[in-house]
Amino acid sequence: MVDFYFNLHPIVQGLLKGLAVILVIFPIGGICSMAERKVSAWIQGRPGPNRAIPFWFAWVPVIGPLLQRLGIFHVMADGGKMLFKEDALPGHVNKFYFVLAPILAMVPALTTVTTVPFGAYVDGAGKVIPLALANVDIGLLAVFAVSSLGVYSIILAGWASNSKYPFLGGVRASAQLISYELSLTLSVVPVFLWINAPGTPGTLSLARAVEFQSGDWQGLTMASWGGVWFIFLMPVAALIFMVSLFAETNRHPFDMAEGEADLVGGFHTEYGAFKWGLFFVAEYAHMLIGSGVFTLLFLGGWNPLPWVPIATLASWLHIAHLPIVVGLLSIAIFLAKVIALIFFFMWVRWTIPRFRYDQIMKLGWQKLLPLAIANLLFYAVAIAVIQK
Amino acid sequence: MAIVPLERKPLTLAERSYLPGIVGGLKTTLKHLFQPNVTMEYPEQRPALPPGYRGAPTLVKDPHGREKCVSCQLCEFVCPPKAIRITPGEIPADAPTAHVEKAPKEFEIDMLRCIYCGLCQEVCPEEAIWLQNQFSLTGYTREEMVHNKQRLYELGGTLPDPHLKWDKKLAAEVAGGASH
Repeated sequence: MVDFYFNLHPIVQGLLKGLAVILVIFPIGGICSMAERKVSAWIQGRPGPNRAIPFWFAWVPVIGPLLQRLGIFHVMADGGKMLFKEDALPGHVNKFYFVLAPILAMVPALTTVTTVPFGAYVDGAGKVIPLALANVDIGLLAVFAVSSLGVYSIILAGWASNSKYPFLGGVRASAQLISYELSLTLSVVPVFLWINAPGTPGTLSLARAVEFQSGDWQGLTMASWGGVWFIFLMPVAALIFMVSLFAETNRHPFDMAEGEADLVGGFHTEYGAFKWGLFFVAEYAHMLIGSGVFTLLFLGGWNPLPWVPIATLASWLHIAHLPIVVGLLSIAIFLAKVIALIFFFMWVRWTIPRFRYDQIMKLGWQKLLPLAIANLLFYAVAIAVIQK
Repeated sequence: MAIVPLERKPLTLAERSYLPGIVGGLKTTLKHLFQPNVTMEYPEQRPALPPGYRGAPTLVKDPHGREKCVSCQLCEFVCPPKAIRITPGEIPADAPTAHVEKAPKEFEIDMLRCIYCGLCQEVCPEEAIWLQNQFSLTGYTREEMVHNKQRLYELGGTLPDPHLKWDKKLAAEVAGGASH
């Protein structure tokens, strides 16, 4: 089976990988939207969506009603609605770019997923091999470079809609994303300064960042640094990265691009049906990637606990010789962290009111950016002293 | 009125960073996440109606099964949105309640007009029209939403009657020999 896959033509392999990404990201987007509705409902003391169920599934005892209460079938009902609704194309829009925008939203979202490693297994030699569709050495740079293209879809959607509120939403989104990208990038530089110690091959690989956080406990010596996750070593960098991530993914309290109170629906006001759905799948995909990158850089990736890397856990559980089991375990740990972060995104959304636009700009340029630079300088000096 | 000048304290660094505020908010919402729901799942769960609830107006019968309305049309006259239409009729002379003399031949309440004000109940000298607990009325057509006499009695049912004044009157007439 595995050999059969590796014997395929590289292009066929690539197509299969692409298909896998689409098949994974779209349902996750749907489930995230349902999770959002459920979390909002629970926080507001409501039961949330709990009605839809296929009549034949209602016959299944216990599980049927349970899934109904959790709103699982609303995901399918929503998806079906999006697909089969009339996809109206307003007469006043620039049709080519109007249709292009949601596609352009999906492309970077689906592309960046491929470069994010999501698990690891231990091979025969006891070496930890990361699992990723494209484990490229520029890792993080690829994620940043491609995912920031996502803003073009918002600008394009706002402009092509040829109406004032979408346009304002697009303008706001572009200014916001540019502002926060600086702090986002600067906040991760200390992480890679630390990883790329003198004498080691330089890399920006995300898998390498996890590998670096996979040290064992070696007593109270400098060697134990390797087991500490970066969130504990660099809490300020993690905070800046997190805040910028909220801004980059257009999530509350930074969702200026939508801002339904002042902009109707923001950039997607003129959109409906499946094109609207694509924007939301893209938003959730960006959240997913953002949470994944945060997990890899600051939360130890697929390592279950600080000082307990996946290889150690595997040897404790006596499954180190079963690469598939270890791989699945590491994916489960990684996904658990990502899901916890996505829950955090939603939790924050239903807690904090939206910032005013000038506050966002002030926070980005006057607070986060100087803080990120100061943080970078501090760690540059500290790392130079430690690694001398 | 003495003016009390309040000292406006400058915000501390922690307060200006907004982070303790966010953490406090997150704690509050997390607490709500685990609290029981405050909403009612309506069609399955019904609210407990307080006594004196004013739902849809209905016509009631007395414990002997006599329709209490005597079609005096007071409710029709008092009804502010003119939702009630009564066609008065006579009770046939051979009926056991012939001494009541009148009863509605048709009694219609247009529930699309009714404003549930309860004036009809207030004005009724016979205590024949009551706003009861029915609060959820639906229909597919406008005609369906005009309650006729039969529907009104279906909704109303029988209510206890402490007076039974027409029985007393009949008894008095019999005792007095109906001489006058």
